[in-house]
Amino acid sequence: MALLQIAEPGQSAAPHQHKLAAGIDLGTTNSLVAAVRSGQASTLHNAAGVDMIPSVVRYGPDKTEVGQQAVAAAAADASNTIFSIKRLMGKGYAETQPLAGVLPYQLVDQGGLAAVATREGVKNPVEVSAEILATLADTASQVLGGELNGVVITVPAYFDDAQRQATKDAAKLAGLNVLRLLNEPTAAALAYGLDSGQEGVIAVYDLGGGTFDISILRLKRGVFEVLATGGDSALGGDDFDQAIVGWLQQQSGQQQLSHTGRRQYLTAARKLKEQLTDNDTADYAFNADEQKLSGSLSRAEFEQLCGALVKKTIRSCRQVLRDADLTPDEVAKVVMVGGSTRVPLVRSQVGQFFATEPLTSIDPDKVVALGAAIQANVLVGNKAEHETLLLDVIPLSLGLETMGGLTEKVIPRNTVIPVARAQEFTTFKDGQTAMAIHVLQGERELVEDCRSLARFELRGIPPMPAGGAHIKVTFQVDADGLLSVSAEEKSTGVAAGIQVKPSYGLTDEQVAGMISGSMQHARQDMQRRLLREQQVEADRVLEAVTAALQHDGALLSEQELTEINTALATLADVRQQEDTAAIKAAIEHTNTLTDDFAARRMDKSIRQALQGHKVDEV
Amino acid sequence: MNYFQLFDLPATFELDLTELGSRYLALQRKFHPDNYAAASNRDRLMSVQQTANINDAYHSLKQPLLRAEHLLALRGLKISHEQRSFTDPVFLMAQMELREQLEEISTSDDPEDAIMAVEQQLQQQRKLLLRQLAAALEANTAEQNQQAAELVRKLKFFFKLQHELELIEQQLQD
Repeated sequence: MALLQIAEPGQSAAPHQHKLAAGIDLGTTNSLVAAVRSGQASTLHNAAGVDMIPSVVRYGPDKTEVGQQAVAAAAADASNTIFSIKRLMGKGYAETQPLAGVLPYQLVDQGGLAAVATREGVKNPVEVSAEILATLADTASQVLGGELNGVVITVPAYFDDAQRQATKDAAKLAGLNVLRLLNEPTAAALAYGLDSGQEGVIAVYDLGGGTFDISILRLKRGVFEVLATGGDSALGGDDFDQAIVGWLQQQSGQQQLSHTGRRQYLTAARKLKEQLTDNDTADYAFNADEQKLSGSLSRAEFEQLCGALVKKTIRSCRQVLRDADLTPDEVAKVVMVGGSTRVPLVRSQVGQFFATEPLTSIDPDKVVALGAAIQANVLVGNKAEHETLLLDVIPLSLGLETMGGLTEKVIPRNTVIPVARAQEFTTFKDGQTAMAIHVLQGERELVEDCRSLARFELRGIPPMPAGGAHIKVTFQVDADGLLSVSAEEKSTGVAAGIQVKPSYGLTDEQVAGMISGSMQHARQDMQRRLLREQQVEADRVLEAVTAALQHDGALLSEQELTEINTALATLADVRQQEDTAAIKAAIEHTNTLTDDFAARRMDKSIRQALQGHKVDEV
Repeated sequence: MNYFQLFDLPATFELDLTELGSRYLALQRKFHPDNYAAASNRDRLMSVQQTANINDAYHSLKQPLLRAEHLLALRGLKISHEQRSFTDPVFLMAQMELREQLEEISTSDDPEDAIMAVEQQLQQQRKLLLRQLAAALEANTAEQNQQAAELVRKLKFFFKLQHELELIEQQLQD
């Protein structure tokens, strides 16, 4: 087995037209879409001329609105206007309870997962996020003049498996082809790195609306190596707003607020925060729940309110440097990302800690989307050569529950991805044929302090005496940071059946159900979509194998060559028709027939890579 | 899987880490999933598996202890998941003393000095054992390989103590 589509330096696998790709920053507060046009990355503006749209969805009486329109109606229709949905992505209902009093819409329990009650019925975070993604993709299609071939969506580096999976599900629901989930700080580094040819160690301090990330990267000759990443997926600019809301409530004595009243407090708090960026004091005057409020807040008071929050981020900075085995003075540059890094206290504290003036030359609200666009352009195949290599890491350790409610780490945090690690288990009873495995993510020792990712049942273990069966469970984390698990009984080679039940996520069937259930995708649409997916896959296989034959046809015997060519002709023929199952079968047949060829190419390609490397050395 | 073979390097304990690093990057550049984002499902899957292998190989060869374990595994001595206790009383005594020293750090008059003192001892011991390990692996006889395995087990203890020391240091800093 091996790779078929291997483009040699300087030559493209096949001459192809420019493909349309976009980078999407799906933020807690705001979202953006960007693309590379004529070699330059820029954000894309919608029909109203806006590039940064609020991540807000309103389920109105006759239509669903996204962005500014949704915000406009927010005050009047608070319970149907969903903002900060990113905070609920991949979360269980119980763990979102602290937010219940803060969010002006109603959280409900959807089979253990957090969801929102709206006039359009219960909507889960995947569905709400899909609305935002679809809106952004529409903007991109309109501006770029065609359907998108693929997108890169950014996620906080600190997002765990459930949160990443939820993001990918949302993209699927929105009908998007995800080229990669890219960590936000890595995207920011890409935007800066390519822009300025920066070398050395850089820190990316990313304080968004709802999440905080700190990543340490080393940039060297086009290699972006993430050394360590850390942060807090439940800390962000929203918390600054909440701190001001709390202060305002103290001033007014209004403790019980209606949903609408809460919204008015929040709007006032955000205004105050923004004004205090450039001013030493800011005034407020607004009405909430039939009470008139006015007064002023000084920057010093504000800094006292959020001082603890900023300190918390600095603690994370210290930890992540420790993980990277570096000291603050070894960091050459600090990149600031996220609207909340405009708060002067944040800039001064970060500058002080790293002893360097933070970089802010690229708009901190847009830098992530721009980096995502750059990567999307590369991944979709618009560049024959990859000048850059991105080596990212897994942000949180993956482990398993062992006896006594303890966790055993299988893949420690900051391990370079993709990664595969195997763990062996044995049976403890005679004739045992099944085994339960609990996968966790986090750094703590106790199971209850970690996040539960999934529970697996290994079934079909051949009956043997206790300790006789050796089950090898392999954990694989792909380049998106997503986990998959496979298991095998070693002595018999029997693959144990795995039933995955994600603790805080949707099963594949549920996602498929949502796709076919949504109004835009009636049954016929669904079938057309499946057909389209197989056709795209068929094209990829055809392109890859044709290119492989061109480069390495010599690795095949005449008979093998004839067989493969026949399979290709069949595939090309079937692809033109509309039989989804037949296309799928033809793809599988081609794959099976070329497995061995792929293996030979892989070996050759490894030798070449090392050979080329040796020539470089001389 | 032979990790040395993957990088086309001789299977020896002494390894040019710079050379290993640049070979690692050469392979990553070729096989990283970013190169296959728009490729067929099979090619994408293979890219993930191949880079996972490359990462694992690099991770294992980069660190002396893991490298020694891999080298011994190639020579038929598997020690990575074994459960085994030591019988060498001198070694056990030394371990216990070091452990006591670790425990006394937080209550000592000058914790930083105490940390430095333990760190130095650990470093010395590690260096000594690593030198012996290199020699045993170089000799590559059945007896010397057994000896190397024993040295790896001992070194594991020292690395574990080092890790514990770092945790103590962190706690003091915070």
